Amino acid sequence: MQQLLDVRGLTVELATAAGVVRPVDGVSLRIAAGETVGLVGESGSGKTMLALALMGLLPTGARVGGEAWLGGEAGAAGGASPAPTEGVRRNLVGMGERELRGVRGREVAMIFQEPMTSLNPVLRAGEQIAEAIRAHEPGLPRAEVRRRVIAALERAAVPEAGERARQYPHQLSGGLRQRVMIAMALACGPRLLIADEPTTALDVTVQRQILDLLDELRRGLGLGMLFITHDLGVVARVAERVAVLYAGRIVEEGPAREVLGRPRHPYTQGLLAASPRMERGKLEPIPGTVPRLTALPPGCAFEPRCSQRRAECAAGMPELRAVTGEHAARCVLV
Amino acid sequence: MGTAENLLEVRGLKKSYARGGGVFAEGGGVRFAAVDGVSFDLARGETLAIVGESGCGKTTLARMVLRLIEADAGEMRFAGEDLRAAGGEKLRALRRRMQMVFQDPFASLNPRMRIGEIVGEPLAIHEARLASGERRERVAAMLGRVGLEADAMRRYAHEFSGGQRQRIGIARALILRPQLVVADEPVSALDVSVGAQVLLLLQELQSELGLTYLFISHSLPVVAQIATRVAVMRAGRFVEVGAAEQVLARPEHAYTKELVAAVPAG
Repeated sequence: MQQLLDVRGLTVELATAAGVVRPVDGVSLRIAAGETVGLVGESGSGKTMLALALMGLLPTGARVGGEAWLGGEAGAAGGASPAPTEGVRRNLVGMGERELRGVRGREVAMIFQEPMTSLNPVLRAGEQIAEAIRAHEPGLPRAEVRRRVIAALERAAVPEAGERARQYPHQLSGGLRQRVMIAMALACGPRLLIADEPTTALDVTVQRQILDLLDELRRGLGLGMLFITHDLGVVARVAERVAVLYAGRIVEEGPAREVLGRPRHPYTQGLLAASPRMERGKLEPIPGTVPRLTALPPGCAFEPRCSQRRAECAAGMPELRAVTGEHAARCVLV
Repeated sequence: MGTAENLLEVRGLKKSYARGGGVFAEGGGVRFAAVDGVSFDLARGETLAIVGESGCGKTTLARMVLRLIEADAGEMRFAGEDLRAAGGEKLRALRRRMQMVFQDPFASLNPRMRIGEIVGEPLAIHEARLASGERRERVAAMLGRVGLEADAMRRYAHEFSGGQRQRIGIARALILRPQLVVADEPVSALDVSVGAQVLLLLQELQSELGLTYLFISHSLPVVAQIATRVAVMRAGRFVEVGAAEQVLARPEHAYTKELVAAVPAG
C-alpha cells in the first residue's frame, strides 16, 4: 500500500510556568492510503496535540521535533487538480506557514469533535465550503465553486444538498453539521484525514451513520485516516491498526484485533477492563489518575497505577518491544 | 398508587413548551411536548435508568421529579406524599430527601467556594442549627467516604481533576442523607478509567446507604452496569420499560433495537 504519512519520533514541547513539558514524546506511526489508524488515549494523553502538530496548528511557542513525512505519489481523491507540489515527499515538521497553507485542506484535512464550534455561525454552510475551495483556487469561477460545493455536500451524503448549502449551522442537526464539516474537509481532495473524536458529541444512532460515511469515503476515495478517540468500542469498529497513547508516548500498537483482543500493556488491559460493555460485568477501574506532565514519574509513566509493576519499572521508560509481527508494547513484561 | 416499597410514583407526567415562541413569533400556539405522559414507579433501593438520545425529554423529566421545573399535568408521590402539590416548608422538607448529581463537574461547582463550603452548604441551609465543628466533621467524613483526602476541604474546585470533582459533587448530594439521587449523565464527561471509578463508587454508596437512583444516560453500556430497570425514552414517552438485562439483551421495541444495534461493540 502507498504510504501517506510517516511520522518518526515526533515530539512537542511546551514552555509552562512549571517548566518545559512534552505532551507528545517520540511518537512514530505510519498511515497508508485507504487505511484507518486509530489513536486511543484519555484526556491529557497528547492525542489532540499530536494532531495539531501534524496540521501545523500548535499554539505559538510550541517546539516540534522529529519528522512527519507526507506523501509519495499523487493521490486520486476528490475533484481538484493536483497541487503543484504534490508527489514530493515533504516533512511537515519545520514547514513554513506559507507552504503549510497549501498542505492544509489540500493534502491533509481535519475534522473536530464539536462541529458547532468549528463552523462559523454567521455563514451559510455552503459559503464555508466555498471559502475552503477558494482558499486554494482563488480564480475559480462562481459557477464552478458552486458546483464543487454541491458535489462536496453530496459526497458527504447530505440530503437535499442545494437546500442545505443555503442554511446556517444552527439550522442543521448535529449529524448534518458533522457531514458539512466532512464535506468541507474533503472539498479540496486531501488524501489524509485527521478525525479528532468526530462522533463523541453525537447520539449513538447518528454516530453510527457518520462512522459508516467515513468508512465509505475511506474506501471510495482511498483516504488515509487518523482516527482519534477515547472510545475503544468506536476504534474497534473503524480502525485496522491501533496505537494507544499514554502521557505523550505510544505504549502499545498493532493490528486492532490483536491490541484490543490480546492487549499486552497493562494500561491497554486496564482501559478495556474499565470500559462498560453491554453485558453487565464487574467494572475494574484503573486506580489513580493520569499523571501531570509536569510531574511525570521517573520510569514508566504508568508505573504508579500499574497492578503488575516491578522494581525495574521505576528505573526507566521501557522501549516498545515486539510482541508478534506488528504488535508491540512498551512494557518490561513483554 | 401508594405501595410502601415505592419511593416514587409518577403518573401521566407532562410538560410542553411553546415551539418557536416568544414575543415576536407569528401564529403561536404550537406546542412541543418535551415529556408527554410518562408514568413509572421507583422502588426503594433500585436503580431505574432512563435512556434516550438528545432531546428525548429525559433531563426535563428528571428536573420535574426534583421540582426544579413544574409539570403541566400528572401526579407524583414521594414516599406516599403528594410531591406536585407540596409547597413551602413541605416542599423544603421533601427536597432534602432528594438530591441531584450533575453531568459536568466543571460547571456545577462554584469556583469561588472552598470544597468544604460547597459540600457543607446543604447542611448550612437545611441543618442551620448544627454547630460549625460538627458540620466540618460531617463534611470531612463524607469527603473521606467518596475517596477524597480531608485537606480537600480547604481547596478550590479548579485544583481537582474531573473525576475528583465528580466525587465532590456526589459528596454534596449525599451530605443530607437523601433517599433519592437523580444522576444526570454522571460519568459521560469523564475518561473511561475515571468513569468506571465513579460508577463503582455510586454502586457502593447505594448499597451502603440504601439509596434509590434515577439514572439518566444516553449510554447503554453505562446503563448496563448500574441499572436494575431500564426505561427507553423517545420523543417524550417511554417506548419500553423492563428489567435491565431484558431490555438490553432482548429489546422488543424497534427503537430500542436500533439503539442497541448502534452501540459500537468493543
